[in-house]
Amino acid sequence: MNNDEDKNNRLISNRTNAIAPSGIRKFFDLLGSIDGVISLGVGEPDYSTPWHIREAAIYSMEKGYTMYTSNSGIPELRQRLAEELKNRYKLEYDWQSELLITVGVSEALDLTMRAVINPGDEVIMTDPAYVAYDASVILSGGIPVRVPTVEEKSFELDAAEVETRITKKTKAILLGYPSNPTGAVMPREKLVKIAEVARKHNVLMIVDEIYSHLVYGMGHTCMATLPDMQYNTILLSGFSKSYAMTGWRVGYAAASKDIIAAMTKIHQYTIMCAPTMAQVAAIEALKSGQDDVMEMVEDYNRRRLVMVNGLREIGLSCFEPKGAFYAFPSIKSSGMSSEEFAEKLLVEEKVAVVPGTAFGKCGEGYIRCCYATSLKEIKEALERMKRFLDRHKA
Amino acid sequence: MLKKILKILEEDSRIAPEQIATMLGISEDEVSSIIKKAEDDGKILKYKTLINWDKVNDEHVWALIEVQVSPQRDTGYDAIAEKIYRFPQARSVYLMSGAYDLAVLVMGKSMHEIADFVGQKLSPIEGVRAAATHFIMKRYKEDGVIMNGPEEVKRQPVIL
Ligand SMILES: Cc1ncc(COP(=O)(O)O)c(C=O)c1O
Repeated sequence: MNNDEDKNNRLISNRTNAIAPSGIRKFFDLLGSIDGVISLGVGEPDYSTPWHIREAAIYSMEKGYTMYTSNSGIPELRQRLAEELKNRYKLEYDWQSELLITVGVSEALDLTMRAVINPGDEVIMTDPAYVAYDASVILSGGIPVRVPTVEEKSFELDAAEVETRITKKTKAILLGYPSNPTGAVMPREKLVKIAEVARKHNVLMIVDEIYSHLVYGMGHTCMATLPDMQYNTILLSGFSKSYAMTGWRVGYAAASKDIIAAMTKIHQYTIMCAPTMAQVAAIEALKSGQDDVMEMVEDYNRRRLVMVNGLREIGLSCFEPKGAFYAFPSIKSSGMSSEEFAEKLLVEEKVAVVPGTAFGKCGEGYIRCCYATSLKEIKEALERMKRFLDRHKA
Repeated sequence: MLKKILKILEEDSRIAPEQIATMLGISEDEVSSIIKKAEDDGKILKYKTLINWDKVNDEHVWALIEVQVSPQRDTGYDAIAEKIYRFPQARSVYLMSGAYDLAVLVMGKSMHEIADFVGQKLSPIEGVRAAATHFIMKRYKEDGVIMNGPEEVKRQPVIL
């Protein structure tokens, strides 16, 4: 470490220094310097938000809905959300005390950790997992405990493996299925077993179900619907992925009254409220966005099959993802590490993918390919990858 | 399955049966035979290309003609409609509810040519009471596709 770096690090809090600097910073910089890249590295829909949703927000601005809303979110949004959860899952949440509208799942995740974690508390999560899980726990003074999930077991989290990692310090199990980056979906039976472990050891379930609408050929099971789990679960979800609303920044948490009250306290001092226009847009999404979701899911599914088949055809073994919009093929046969593979592929063939290691050690040997991109680009990317693999045949 | 295939083809008629098979998780033979049958049954009429002629400096002129007709005994509107749609200049012909009866989209090389068609061919047809010609000045959207819209917004290339 040179002196400047040392000095800078001393300016920064230990907690912040403790979060691993994103290992692929170098990769990002490289990316910025190359033109004509086809990116399979994105983490969002390629749709713009459906027009009726955008229009509702524009109208609200014309009408002057430009002030703060209630800390917890616009009452109509919370009411509609409560109704949605009831219709979809038969879950009854009191819209006034058990729901909180947040700035995306990102904020909801941060609030959750800050609201429940004491220094040294452990949170069990998968490896690989979405990048913010680990960081949000560390920032709250907690300790992430990673459980490897492997391709051979469909990247599902095994209850027995969770149980062996439970200690007196275990506060919660954090689950993100359908999974970013693997595309895995946990079947109901497996979730039931995890829920049993959580109840038995009296630890909280925190679930990020942001991709819950995006499942293909199987249903999504919401953790909170399992026996006795509603108030032992902090359910996080949002509008970013289902309604193609990533830039709006709106999501929510549903949990017991006490937990929501604690989260609201932090939210109130750090955020005030989720963006007003985004909340209005979210109301419109809940009111009449169901057909949009169905159409997008059908379209993702077609592209999913093209991507997965294509990857297999060019010689990569690829687990069949059942949710989200990612394929997570193994690149072990190339003899390269994930980062090396991603970097060379970018430089030589101008295709951007995300090295699996960005999501944890167990992502080594894999890359994340997002198929929420046009068929034309998927096909072109696959051709380039084929050229790349042929050239680097081990 | 037929509907799913038709939806894909409606969006992109050049897509290969092999690709459709992958997208829907069925065999290529099955896709080909469903398409063949749809063609035979007249469910698929034609594979067209949506072209933005404005960019090709094309001189063609289009007009929408609102036609009022007197329906006839036994054949109603159909016989008159046929007399109109038989002309190749009539690109689309619809029976409408409301203030007029037939909407006819006409293409010609010039306004003159369209005026001649309306004055000399369409209006004189027996049963046509009136025809109002509206020339199309600009195309914004065609078959669900925005013709000259603003450029697509770009996403960040990599987001974890
Ligand atoms: C698993 C997962 N959770 C949460 C988020 C963030 O969602 P939001 O836009 O609601 O903050 C993402 C976005 O990539 C994600 O993949």
